[in-house]
Amino acid sequence: MERGQKIMTHFENAEQAKRDPLYKEALTELLYQFADDDFILAFRGSEWLGLAPHIEEDVAFSSITQNTMGHATFFYQLLEELGEGDADVLAHERGPESRKSAVYLEKENGDGHYLDEPFYDWALTVVRHYFYEEFKQVKLELATRSSYQPLADAAQKVLMEQPYHLAHWKMWVKQLLAAGGEAEERLRARMVEAWGEFKDVLELGPKAKQMADAHLIAGEDVIETQWVERVETTVGKISKQQLGKKQGSGRSGEHTGELTIALKTLSEVYDTDRTAIW
Amino acid sequence: MKVPIEETNKKIYNVLKHVDDPELPGVSVFDLGMVHKVEVSGKGAFITMIPTFTGCPALDIIAKDVKVAVEKLAEIDCCKVEFSYRQPWTTDAITEKGKEQLKKHGVSPPPEHYTPGEEWSVDCPFCKSPFTSMENVFGPTACRSILYCKTCKNPFEAMKPVVKYLVN
Repeated sequence: MERGQKIMTHFENAEQAKRDPLYKEALTELLYQFADDDFILAFRGSEWLGLAPHIEEDVAFSSITQNTMGHATFFYQLLEELGEGDADVLAHERGPESRKSAVYLEKENGDGHYLDEPFYDWALTVVRHYFYEEFKQVKLELATRSSYQPLADAAQKVLMEQPYHLAHWKMWVKQLLAAGGEAEERLRARMVEAWGEFKDVLELGPKAKQMADAHLIAGEDVIETQWVERVETTVGKISKQQLGKKQGSGRSGEHTGELTIALKTLSEVYDTDRTAIW
Repeated sequence: MKVPIEETNKKIYNVLKHVDDPELPGVSVFDLGMVHKVEVSGKGAFITMIPTFTGCPALDIIAKDVKVAVEKLAEIDCCKVEFSYRQPWTTDAITEKGKEQLKKHGVSPPPEHYTPGEEWSVDCPFCKSPFTSMENVFGPTACRSILYCKTCKNPFEAMKPVVKYLVN
């Protein structure tokens, strides 16, 4: 940036953002992370339909999942406004390599398959959703101060609904930990596993610096510090190890075959007739 | 004869008082506080609405219902409906009439003082008893919860309180 050059620090709408290619690049990257994270986790949630531990949980989990998918749609719409293409196309037609969601979120719910023998693991689900909702809360709170006004508004809107999601999973984590025995053991094991993979979720990817320079969101170090503090307040110290990203960096487009299968399953109906209005 | 814009505006608001939320029959989108702005230009109407929950799957249907209803007015040929996220919807936007209509539908209006993430309770919409219990914060739609009245022994629903989230 040349000295004396006027720096635009606030963008009211998509039209303004589109006039600054570097800004737009960092912005779309961040929006893809928000959208793709919600999208894949909502899909994993939808696979639990009818399988949750009890009927009330089935109602709650599916309601949270539907609303989370709504949040994904909301972020895809912001991308649509920026000229990235139709929101439905962004959700359904992008291959795994262009997805910016974190790898930990694409992990299958457990052994087996939804249509066959779904030996899903409730401990993984409780830990993953709790960790994710705490993370989403932190990221959204930081995004309310974004230089991109439509993102700040979106974050504020989603934050009015998000406390319900977070409170739900926090309750599960607390109750299962307090139950002791096998419940606590299985939860602790999944937490240690997550600790080795979750750093990818907390990161902002290859354009992190560009995002910070554009005042789109605070740095990933801030996200990590706040997330660790909040999670450990609820579950205690998880591990002496550093947070890891064993499964790779989803933010850089690295993914497992589990995402490929998920995307294929998810778009199966959509692909039967791409022009239909469902 | 030229009809003054204010007249047409009033007529549109009247129409909106009769367009119901498809998931809450008997409760209009106006009384739910979803109408933000009505603008009239010539024979065109532009309506800005505020969605309740982001993930509400009924938004497309609501937009269509509003468009169809408003275009029935002789003064309007074309009505455009847009959802705006600039002004977040809160349950405080529900009108007094809206609250009464909700109760008739077996849904309690949201509690008035609510801290995000905390537990809350409401009175029974049927017998007004405060002796109710929360069965499930999550209900048949994103905006509703399931409760039980210990006095009249009826299950009922309530609108989830949604308030502005204050970031520290």
